[in-house]
Amino acid sequence: MRVHLKIWRQKNARTEGAFAEYDLDNVSHEMSFLEMLDVLNEQLISGGQEPVAFDSDCREGICGMCGVMINGEAHGPQRGTATCQLHMRKFSDGAHITVEPWRSRSFPVNKDLSVDRSALDRIIEAGGYITAPTGSAPEANLIPVPKEVSDAAFDAAACIGCGACVAACPNGAANLFTAAKIAHLNLLPQGQPERWSRVVRMVETMEDHFGSCTNYGECQAACPKEISIDYIAYMNRDFVKAQLKNRRLIAQRG
Amino acid sequence: MTTETVHQTISGNGIGQNGSSSRLNARIPAGPIESKWDTHKFNMKLVAPHNRRRFEIIIIGTGLAGAAAAATLGEAGYNVKTFCYQDSPRRAHSIAAQGGINAAKNYRNDGDSVMRLFYDTIKGGDYRSREGNVYRLAQESVNIIDQCVAQGVPFAREYGGLLDNRSFGGAQVSRTFYARGQTGQQLLLGAYQALARQIALGTVQSYPRHELLDVIVHEGRAVGVVVRNMITGEIASHTAHAVVLATGGYGNVFYLSTNAKGCNVTAIWRAHKRGAFMANPCFTQIHPTCIPASDEFQSKLTLMSESLRNDGRIWVPLDPTDSRSPDRIPEPERDYYLERIYPAFGNLVPRDVASRAAKRMVDGGRGVGPLKNGVYLDFSDATARLGRNVIEERYGNLFEMYERITGENPYYTPMRIYPASHYTMGGLWVDYNLMSTVPGLFVAGEANFSDHGANRLGASALMQGLADGYFVLPYTLADFLAGNLGQKVVPVDHPAVKKVEAEARDRTKQLLSINGTKSPEWYHRALGKIVWDYCGMGRDAQGLQKALSEIPALREDFYRDLRVLGDGDEMNQSLEKAGRVADFIEFAELMCRDALQREESCGGHFRTEHQTEDNEAKRDDDNYAFVAAWEWQGQGKTQTLHKEVLDFEYVHPTQRSYK
Ligand SMILES: Cc1cc2nc3c(=O)[nH]c(=O)nc-3n(C[C@H](O)[C@H](O)[C@H](O)COP(=O)(O)OP(=O)(O)OC[C@H]3O[C@@H](n4cnc5c(N)ncnc54)[C@H](O)[C@@H]3O)c2cc1C
Ligand code: FES
Repeated sequence: MRVHLKIWRQKNARTEGAFAEYDLDNVSHEMSFLEMLDVLNEQLISGGQEPVAFDSDCREGICGMCGVMINGEAHGPQRGTATCQLHMRKFSDGAHITVEPWRSRSFPVNKDLSVDRSALDRIIEAGGYITAPTGSAPEANLIPVPKEVSDAAFDAAACIGCGACVAACPNGAANLFTAAKIAHLNLLPQGQPERWSRVVRMVETMEDHFGSCTNYGECQAACPKEISIDYIAYMNRDFVKAQLKNRRLIAQRG
Repeated sequence: MTTETVHQTISGNGIGQNGSSSRLNARIPAGPIESKWDTHKFNMKLVAPHNRRRFEIIIIGTGLAGAAAAATLGEAGYNVKTFCYQDSPRRAHSIAAQGGINAAKNYRNDGDSVMRLFYDTIKGGDYRSREGNVYRLAQESVNIIDQCVAQGVPFAREYGGLLDNRSFGGAQVSRTFYARGQTGQQLLLGAYQALARQIALGTVQSYPRHELLDVIVHEGRAVGVVVRNMITGEIASHTAHAVVLATGGYGNVFYLSTNAKGCNVTAIWRAHKRGAFMANPCFTQIHPTCIPASDEFQSKLTLMSESLRNDGRIWVPLDPTDSRSPDRIPEPERDYYLERIYPAFGNLVPRDVASRAAKRMVDGGRGVGPLKNGVYLDFSDATARLGRNVIEERYGNLFEMYERITGENPYYTPMRIYPASHYTMGGLWVDYNLMSTVPGLFVAGEANFSDHGANRLGASALMQGLADGYFVLPYTLADFLAGNLGQKVVPVDHPAVKKVEAEARDRTKQLLSINGTKSPEWYHRALGKIVWDYCGMGRDAQGLQKALSEIPALREDFYRDLRVLGDGDEMNQSLEKAGRVADFIEFAELMCRDALQREESCGGHFRTEHQTEDNEAKRDDDNYAFVAAWEWQGQGKTQTLHKEVLDFEYVHPTQRSYK
């Protein structure tokens, strides 16, 4: 099949970018979207043009390294699918495909389709963990966790941190990403001791770096792991409760 | 256990005895196997808490091994720097592990124990690993599960709230802990989160999108690294009291593999060229259940978890010319070859055995699919027996993944699978303390050669990475550092540092200045074909000789006709790729030389000249019960082979049988 590509090219964070257009005519249905870009790059190199920079690593939809806007949709048209798992059979012969980097104030472009998502790491560093120094853990089966709770925590923990939720959000909010981690840890018995401080620190850090959520719901639709927007409500509830709890702690101390 | 070493040099294609050398000391503690590690832990020196902040440690790699080590050492109070090539430490290749992690908890009450996990691992590795290391690994396995649960890793649970287990190839007990089909992801996120906490506390400085270009060895010790900032292109040095390489495996030497695209041999190859011995490079693992390649543009292969073999039945048509769709081939005309040949283990034989059997079927013309390059993995019996719901609960996400890639629905059409490069048992040689032959240079996780012999059992790599990172390195590094208290880190402007840095710059310039016609990708593909054809699932002397003449020719062509566009002082993915391919080419030669040297079959190393009557690997314990450790001798010269002889006191080597 043939495709007509319109791809964002940008030398680095300091320069302006622009679209460039390319035609590819040896595309097979079996190829993944990124393999199609590989073929384009090989073609560019042999024609003496610099290949398009884009990120990917596992190419199995789990590392969260890939991610581009395809015809305006984060990770493209297939629901619950990361860019690397999208296959060309989802496009028709002669398709026009526009490819852009994640568009968000919080994700500066490194080059072409590659962006800097390190603000997401800052949110985890603010409290997205359970403090358990190596060697201090009790025997694993001493902490039974009801299967339903464990499953719900897992659904949230499935987040791959790709940033599609931010890219899809008209406000550039990272609420789904943050909520997913908070829910994973706050649902589990092991996460209780730090529950209230965690949610406050993570939410505040999130607000420092990202836009605010006004419930568009685009994030859930774009998420390659189909993480539910319900977790955002969970996070908001915990955040409100935390204000109260933390005040109580302060009061007790005072 | 005594470790005697014999020093040999290669002459022509044979090996000449050259007397003995003591360059390899595995430092296995004396005493009964059950107490070696405890005794050693007691005997090792400690660094007092207030002295720890005086030490700088560099850790390259933030996979399970690197992240676990960095989090633990940071927590302990050392100054740690971590580097990884992805944009976040959370994305290391460990994230892709699906099936699970082993631990001798014996929660199923089915006869498991540390001794049994030890025994299974030694046997599974076809008697080419060290008893001392493997026993320690089995011991630490139980602590890993405790640690991970405390961190909030959402392992699968029973309705009663306790942890669930499943079984895996090569074992007759259920000792595998899992988190749906995303065990590696959840374990890595646990380690990454512990690391993130240390980053926030300032004990660890994280350098994502930084690639190691060289290791700095000064006065016989590893004192630092040269790295390239992959966004700005800046090449800079970092120095420390010790360097840890936790950079993963080299499975991408085959080009097509289940590894992430960026997995590379560069870090360990650079260290090798600076004096670290490379051990058993020919021990590579081919995983039996991957999705076969569909066309020449394929960029990587996708693994379908081995757990599928619990319920799927593997078969090919009896008649090679049978072109009917699988559901129209009646039962008597199907060959369930694993069940036929290995009745005791059936579809759950170890990976190497399953892979070679599939290759024999495909080579014999009985492959299935449009390219006749696969075998069926069929769930229709299991679905009839257990119901679709159960199958969906167990494998739903894998089935979806399969359908996304192939466009076929495994609930109705059997999956097609074929073996692919997956894991590398070989790696830098390390002693019991995980230190390489270069003092101060430690190696952890898949990057070292230590625990899996000639074949790794499923769910044991995650176990090893975490054991190394959480429970071994924090002790053995302290022991090394304790002897260096008061010693200053070599300054980054020291001439010895500047020299290595300048060499790294020159190499980068060289790659950019060839201005030929072929892309790095082209060379990688060409290399992969040679290595897969001659040093893949089946190897013989003639093919290996051929590879040994083709690889240097490819290398020559690479340096004559490579094309890397763009500049060095900016983000340049072609340049990164070119550097990795250059190292893979050199490494591949050693891998083939190692395979040629090893005139036996064992585990994943199958020399077709050495097989039993029923096509199983035939070991030669009298002559090859050793670790082959290669010493770099300079560009254009053949490496020297050192042998670490393996003693088996507790597990007596026998012909592995899974019948
Ligand atoms: C698809 C798949 C499924 C698997 N499933 C299982 C399973 O179910 N159970 C199991 O036990 N094992 C499994 N394995 C094997 C296991 O995942 C790996 O062996 C293990 O995760 C390796 O961990 P590691 O910490 O050694 O290295 P990795 O996780 O590979 O990490 C390497 C790190 O080094 C960094 N790095 C590499 N090179 C450089 C460089 N030149 N410069 C700077 N940084 C560098 C990377 O950025 C990364 O951070 C699987 C493997 C694959 C491919
Ligand atoms: S490349 Fe890893 S998720 Fe797409």
